[in-house]
Amino acid sequence: MGERGFDGLAGLANADAWLVHRGRFLDTTVLLEAGERSWLVRIHQGRIEAVDRGPFAMPRWTFALRASPQAWAAFWQPVPPPGFHDLIAMAKTGALRIEGDLQPFFANLRYFKELLALPGAAARGRAQ
Amino acid sequence: MSAAAPRFEPAVGRYLRLDIAGRPHRLYVEEAGSGIPLLCLHTAGADSRQYRALLDDAETLARFRVIAFDLPWHGKSSPPAGWHKGEYRLTSRLYVDTIMAVVDALGLERPVCMGCSIGGRIVLHLALEHAARFRALIGLESGAHAEPYYDLDWLHRPDVHGGEVCGAMISGLISPTAPEAERWETIWHYMQGGPGVFKGDLYFYTADGDVRARVAEIDTRVCPLYFLTGEYDYSATPEITRDLAARIPGAEVTIMQGLGHFPPSEDPDRFLSYLRPVLARIAG
Repeated sequence: MGERGFDGLAGLANADAWLVHRGRFLDTTVLLEAGERSWLVRIHQGRIEAVDRGPFAMPRWTFALRASPQAWAAFWQPVPPPGFHDLIAMAKTGALRIEGDLQPFFANLRYFKELLALPGAAARGRAQ
Repeated sequence: MSAAAPRFEPAVGRYLRLDIAGRPHRLYVEEAGSGIPLLCLHTAGADSRQYRALLDDAETLARFRVIAFDLPWHGKSSPPAGWHKGEYRLTSRLYVDTIMAVVDALGLERPVCMGCSIGGRIVLHLALEHAARFRALIGLESGAHAEPYYDLDWLHRPDVHGGEVCGAMISGLISPTAPEAERWETIWHYMQGGPGVFKGDLYFYTADGDVRARVAEIDTRVCPLYFLTGEYDYSATPEITRDLAARIPGAEVTIMQGLGHFPPSEDPDRFLSYLRPVLARIAG
């Protein structure tokens, strides 16, 4: 994964009005991990209110998504290799661990699949 | 001034009345073309719209009578009367009985049967129990078993929208190379399934339909068996299909590049490029 990881997630998500609209009933805090690095993402009515960078002493979150930097990098490729093209695919192989209270995750599954794909699309945009 | 002729596709749909496992049913059936009957089985939680492109492929329709029906509870087929009194669960017995009831009701003489996902599994049961009734069997995304990799209860509970979660759940089973329109049409089919129907189908897929212990008994000399699996299918992976085929002497495997779990609907042109050579061999 690039230097930025999930640092720019709030700007990317909040610029996508259709994504925010589809998340309008969503209020939750998600822990994202890429190896040693971590982020707490606070979502209110589909908008990302804050992305705090770890490390955290005692983080509170509703659910967590944990993968290696290499797995996130593969997920963010323009055409990912089989098994790295989808969050659930990565969960099946063990490349991604999904833990916690998963009701908001499954109730907004399309939202989270598209949200977490944004850094890859943004990196491609910068490269063009 | 005369109006332009309507641009109808060749497929025609009708409702079929028949008994399945002793209960009256009303099934929606589409067909097009003439020649060798080719009966098509949709995936779990979807319906016969997945075969729209095949039902509109002139090359196939010139030699095959393509038939696709919606399983009970799916698409435009009704659930049986009394459906509201219990949970829907597909079993291998009910699935085989349903297919054979359709074959008999339509008077099909040794049709080819092609199924995808749960349909790719049930053709194994057909090969074990009714091989002589079929000219050939084609399994798309076939495996002899499937391990559940998420809690299926998420597909049917009041605090998660069933259509939204089913569509989002299967979206990653589509190849990232699939055309945008076909990808989202495939997802739309899943968004329209009835409450608990996808989950009920997966009961057959993950629990009841494990045929690993029996597939070695399949005799491909009685009925040829072809497997086609997409490289991006992480449910019935190429590895799972190869493992299945290795247990069945004479079974043939093709791994399809750039396809996932829904080849007939997610990327029809690419799928047809793999299917046509198989159909040509079956037609002889």
